[in-house]
Amino acid sequence: MSTYTISIKPFGAHAVIVEWPMEVEEAILYDILQYLQHLKAHCLAQEDWELIPAYNSLTFVHRETPIDFENFSQHLKEWYANKGETQDVPRFLWRLPVCYDKAFGIDLSEVSDRLGKSISEIITLHTQHTYTVYGIGFLPGFMYLGGLPQSLEVARRTTPRLLVEKGSVGLASKQTGIYPQDSPGGWNIIGNCPIPMFNINKDDPCFVSVGDKIQFYAISRAEYDLHKIEGEVGIFQLEKRLVDA
Amino acid sequence: MLKVLKSGFFTTVQDAGRYGLRDKGVPISGAMDMISAAMANRLLENTPDAALLEITMTGPTLEFEEDTYISLGGAEMSATLNNAPVQNYKVYKVRAGDLLSYGKLERGLRAYLAIKEGFRTPMVLGSRSLFKPLTPHACLSDKSEVPFNASKGFEPKIEELKVPPISEGGALEIFKGPEYEMLTDAHLAALFSKDFTVAKENNRMAYQLEETLVGHHMAMLTSATLPGTMQLTPAGKLIILMKDGQTTGGYPRIAQLSERSISVLAQKKFGDSLSFKLVLTL
Repeated sequence: MSTYTISIKPFGAHAVIVEWPMEVEEAILYDILQYLQHLKAHCLAQEDWELIPAYNSLTFVHRETPIDFENFSQHLKEWYANKGETQDVPRFLWRLPVCYDKAFGIDLSEVSDRLGKSISEIITLHTQHTYTVYGIGFLPGFMYLGGLPQSLEVARRTTPRLLVEKGSVGLASKQTGIYPQDSPGGWNIIGNCPIPMFNINKDDPCFVSVGDKIQFYAISRAEYDLHKIEGEVGIFQLEKRLVDA
Repeated sequence: MLKVLKSGFFTTVQDAGRYGLRDKGVPISGAMDMISAAMANRLLENTPDAALLEITMTGPTLEFEEDTYISLGGAEMSATLNNAPVQNYKVYKVRAGDLLSYGKLERGLRAYLAIKEGFRTPMVLGSRSLFKPLTPHACLSDKSEVPFNASKGFEPKIEELKVPPISEGGALEIFKGPEYEMLTDAHLAALFSKDFTVAKENNRMAYQLEETLVGHHMAMLTSATLPGTMQLTPAGKLIILMKDGQTTGGYPRIAQLSERSISVLAQKKFGDSLSFKLVLTL
């Protein structure tokens, strides 16, 4: 594993941001996660700090006390140099069911026309690839997924919808993802995932973490209806496995 | 219970906020003007995380069903308790059946109603702050009922505080944001010499400003944002994220408001003017 040149900047009185080279690159994301794991295990009292990883950055927020930037950034540099390179960060591949029925995939026909591919080709392509979670934000449980094949790149809709339903699976240029709640949105909707991405009744309300991987699999309308109920009462068994580093 | 007879424009329950889930996309929420909210709580000798009502623009009409003590803070909204005027930052004893009403907005935008021991609405992921979709509603409506514990025999150490209204805070203090260095001389000159106006698009998520800066083509990868983060859109629009603001964003974060400036901004409404000054601490 390589070590990158990082830059450390203050972000107001209570936060500091560390930045890696500006590239969407899995090796960079993994380096950030190794650093984060090292810090949580050895350097920072976890309850005092919130650490927010995304793409090429890691942001540190201290809720109570202003940060002494000179001092803290010196520590951050030393901790980065000493973090070691061999430690594994556990990451999971989650398999998520998606119903690509036209009742949910309201833009499937249009996407099919625009890409010049049949609907079944689109579904095959979308389910064949695995996607990396580069960030979680925008809405509780919304994943920024990287790794969409070029053949599925389709521009977002010219006019956003005022309401996109919870669970909707969309395509928009280089991104694919799931709307975790009802929200306005301009992505092309190709299906719906019946499993809630954010559940306030769970200790860990969002099962996915930055660095995890997602693969979709197609389900029928009947399976969707069943999984929807299982998902809502929290008895749906998600398929996951550890990803090798 | 506190009975909401009329809810007003936007009356919500907030506390010190919901922490520890920013990496899962959950905004911290909490009182927009934390300084005023905390002072109202402190007079009642409440813990800093006690939940209170945040009342925006036009106030509610409220009926108390138990005896308790209250203290108001933040915006001045001509509040009356059984028709007698109530002042900010003073402890009042309230009896079952008493009516608290609000009138004309005199100063600021957001008023706080703190109650002895705090309101006891359900805790969701470590906070009572209302935030849709984590909570079913973002604000109270007519006929809502807000639970609290009755309280008797409280003898406050301090009964009254004289504090200048936070809405007269002067220029907002900002720190350099992570993308501050991308700003051109033209951007900087405009940012620190112009007066800006609060746009109609202002709420608990974000405040937009009417005046724009020169547009830009700077690209960045999505990264963390905080309450008080000032973003500059490619079209030159300035957006300041607030307590319910998204936890990540893709627009350059040119500045970061100080905690005090977030409180000052939270008391500004559509059409109010403001200016910025840079804090150089580093």
